[in-house]
Amino acid sequence: MCLPLKRKLQNTTSKRERKRIQGGRGQEQFSRKSYAGEKVWPVLTIIIILGIWQTASSTGMVPRFMLPSPIDVAKAFIIDFPLLMSNAKVTLLEAFIGLGMGVAVGFLMAVLMDRFEKMYQAFYPLIVLTQTVPTVAIAPLLVLWFGYEMLPKVILIVIVTFFPVTVSLLDGFKSADRDTVNLLRSMGASKVQIFWFVKFPGSLGQFFASLRISVSYAVVGAVIAEWLGGFSGLGVYMTRVKKAFSFDKMFAVIFLISVISLLLMGAVNLLQKKCMPWEERE
Amino acid sequence: MAELIVTDVTLSYENRHVIEDISIELHENELVCLLGASGGGKTTLFNVISGLYTPDTGNVTLNGEDITGQPGHISYMLQKDLLLPYRTIEDNVALPLLLKGEKKRSAREKVNAYFEEFGLQDTQKKYPHQLSGGMRQRAALLRTYMFSRDVALLDEPFSALDTLTKSDMHRWYLDVMDKIQLSTLFITHDIDEAILLSDRIYLLTGIPGRITDEIIIREPKPRRKDFHMSREFLEYKKRIIEKL
Repeated sequence: MCLPLKRKLQNTTSKRERKRIQGGRGQEQFSRKSYAGEKVWPVLTIIIILGIWQTASSTGMVPRFMLPSPIDVAKAFIIDFPLLMSNAKVTLLEAFIGLGMGVAVGFLMAVLMDRFEKMYQAFYPLIVLTQTVPTVAIAPLLVLWFGYEMLPKVILIVIVTFFPVTVSLLDGFKSADRDTVNLLRSMGASKVQIFWFVKFPGSLGQFFASLRISVSYAVVGAVIAEWLGGFSGLGVYMTRVKKAFSFDKMFAVIFLISVISLLLMGAVNLLQKKCMPWEERE
Repeated sequence: MAELIVTDVTLSYENRHVIEDISIELHENELVCLLGASGGGKTTLFNVISGLYTPDTGNVTLNGEDITGQPGHISYMLQKDLLLPYRTIEDNVALPLLLKGEKKRSAREKVNAYFEEFGLQDTQKKYPHQLSGGMRQRAALLRTYMFSRDVALLDEPFSALDTLTKSDMHRWYLDVMDKIQLSTLFITHDIDEAILLSDRIYLLTGIPGRITDEIIIREPKPRRKDFHMSREFLEYKKRIIEKL
């Protein structure tokens, strides 16, 4: 989880940031013009893939009971919609509680490790170690220890979501501009003031990049934890339809999970725009 | 009365003296220049005066109070404007007041009174990246002024600007200084800038850096328009070049 995470963090530089790096007003107008074109291509690709899939399954190239056609999936989605929603509610609740606590823990860890060098030395290796343990491996343990209710799910989500937040915030805090920090010191600023005026706002960009990752981890973490035991939630729904070999419903729930992740990431983007107005007025 | 006195300051870094036996004085409403080559310890001296470094020997006093090694008394302005990109100009300028615990509203009100005087009209709600380099330096100077109305340290504040903007800024600067009466210690490696702006010039030369000379510019202020092309100006320049 550690290495791909780093790659993900690098890839989450927002479009706006990239635009700014390119610089130049002319270039910006140019990229705005071609933005509509940028959106056409992925949509087209998805339509083509869906078309191939539909043909493959309606011509009988792949047996229907193994790979349902997109239309079958859509039907299953509509028929099971109420059930899917009630399960999604449970999963989302777990994801939100876990994410909230994970972000809080991640934030606290980053602040403490930035403030106290000893804390950093003592805990950083341990934190990296927690991420080398596969989620799927500890989830059953958590279920055995904490039962079939919400607690083990929330704990698992905290474990997977605090890490991106800690790493990126810590990086942000540590890369605060030295000259700026010195200037504030010369103005008599305390360490707390330097944190609130320089380090924290300067790390917001990195924080939101990590939040986008944590959000999707939270949903996936909740589903995995539900697989291994629980009474409701999308993961439980998934194991049930799997046992019934309802492939169409399997696809419907996969689709729902990725839609939820996408919506949540979009929500993080909106939140970022709200919290970082200075990025907007170029 | 604002008076800054630096006495016999020596500072070494990794067993090597960077500056040695520096003594300088800055009196009320004076503009004093510290002229020397880059890497000659000018910035080190500024860090001592602002209290970020504690010198090995010597001390710094402001209005008779010993402030050696104590930050929070004198602020400075650098070549880089160091405006915080996520704060509007108004909130950037108000920063020293906020750090002193003032409420946001009253701090904004106080700084807004100076925007016109500093030629920063209509920039209050803008973000730093929306302003030109010259305007950003104006805002940085206003921020320094909001911190302390007695003494300001300026470390090559205009050297990152292009020549035309720079001479614009010099005119603006002399104009503002005339209005606000701020005692200023100004670092530069630009001889023309030093002669044009200062009342007195200290020459800081050699390794370790020492004050080797002091030149008084006896040209009334505000400076006449063609001063930088006059015979007197060239004579000052000749004198300085010989001594550097």
